[in-house]
Amino acid sequence: MASRIASRRSCWSMREALLLTAALLVAPVAHAQAGAEARRSGFTYATPSTQALQQDDSQNPAMLWVADGRVAWNKVDGEARKACADCHGKIESMRGVAPRYPAVAAASQRVVNLGQQINQCRSTRQRAPALAAESDALLALATAIAFESRGMAIAPSQPAPAALKQAQARGKALFHERIGHVALSCHDCHDTLAGKRLGAAVIPPGHATGYPIYRLEWQKVGSLQRRLRNCMTAVRAETPAWGAQELVDLEAWLMLRAAGMPLETPGVRP
Amino acid sequence: MARALVTLPKVAKAGEVIEIRTLIQHAMETGYRRDSDGAMLPRSLIRRFTCHFAASGKAGPGDLVFATTLHAAMAANPSLQFHFRASSTGSFTFAWDGDDGFAHREQAQLLVNA
Repeated sequence: MASRIASRRSCWSMREALLLTAALLVAPVAHAQAGAEARRSGFTYATPSTQALQQDDSQNPAMLWVADGRVAWNKVDGEARKACADCHGKIESMRGVAPRYPAVAAASQRVVNLGQQINQCRSTRQRAPALAAESDALLALATAIAFESRGMAIAPSQPAPAALKQAQARGKALFHERIGHVALSCHDCHDTLAGKRLGAAVIPPGHATGYPIYRLEWQKVGSLQRRLRNCMTAVRAETPAWGAQELVDLEAWLMLRAAGMPLETPGVRP
Repeated sequence: MARALVTLPKVAKAGEVIEIRTLIQHAMETGYRRDSDGAMLPRSLIRRFTCHFAASGKAGPGDLVFATTLHAAMAANPSLQFHFRASSTGSFTFAWDGDDGFAHREQAQLLVNA
């Protein structure tokens, strides 16, 4: 009996040794990969069940908004009696568009996010009233358009036009500025403490790769601006209005910060 | 604007067990929450989900395959998944019914090869 236990033990230690060797062999490779891409999507911090929800289109609840957006894409609207499809063609032609936003709008020469661009199209081309910020109608269109670029690298215009460069610089400054009664900057948590915990929740590194996103906490799809305003409330700072320049600037900086990472829209997060 | 997604294989072998996945857009408002002005949000729930299967050529709604009653503790946009043993070609009817006259119907065909 004793010998059997002993042999079993030696068997285990043998296996452990093998595992250790394997780990040592793998470690330098993993490290090299980490050097190439040290940035981690918030997806990698989510639980396996939340990850499964995002990866399976038949279960991802945000696909309901994608389906809504596809219908809206072909729907005639406004005084001009035009649908998005009348100018742009099939929604598949939007592949590669979302990863460039926020971008400089041709008409106004201002930096706008995808939702604002949709509304600009509505008012100038369709002559329809703008969709309300954070409304399901606007989120559905934005999600459907961004979904066409799923898996593509986030790619703000390179070289950046002057207006975009300025927005990114302002956004970077805001990212590092301490705000609110709690006096924390985005940088304080999402760069310095990423991977650690705030209460029970893991602090993600703040790479906005999956927006518009389905948050289980919201029980619906929401925009990056909603997420930004959430954080601002949490540090007890004044929240800028929907579509405020500060929020668009922050978005511009976050997309530059996440440049090269694959777009995951529609992401699912706790 | 309710929308539903139903996922199931188009073709199955006779005797094969297939998985059916449904997802519907619904706030599943519990009736226990207040809005930002403090007013109670009226309850609005999907109360009943049913799935019927009608073998092709047969009249009527067909046989009840799966049914469930939903309550306030369900998450918004409920996802319901169940299994079905395919025996003959036919069509499924999915029905979600709820408060305030909420009703949504979807149909899906299944082709069964012997």
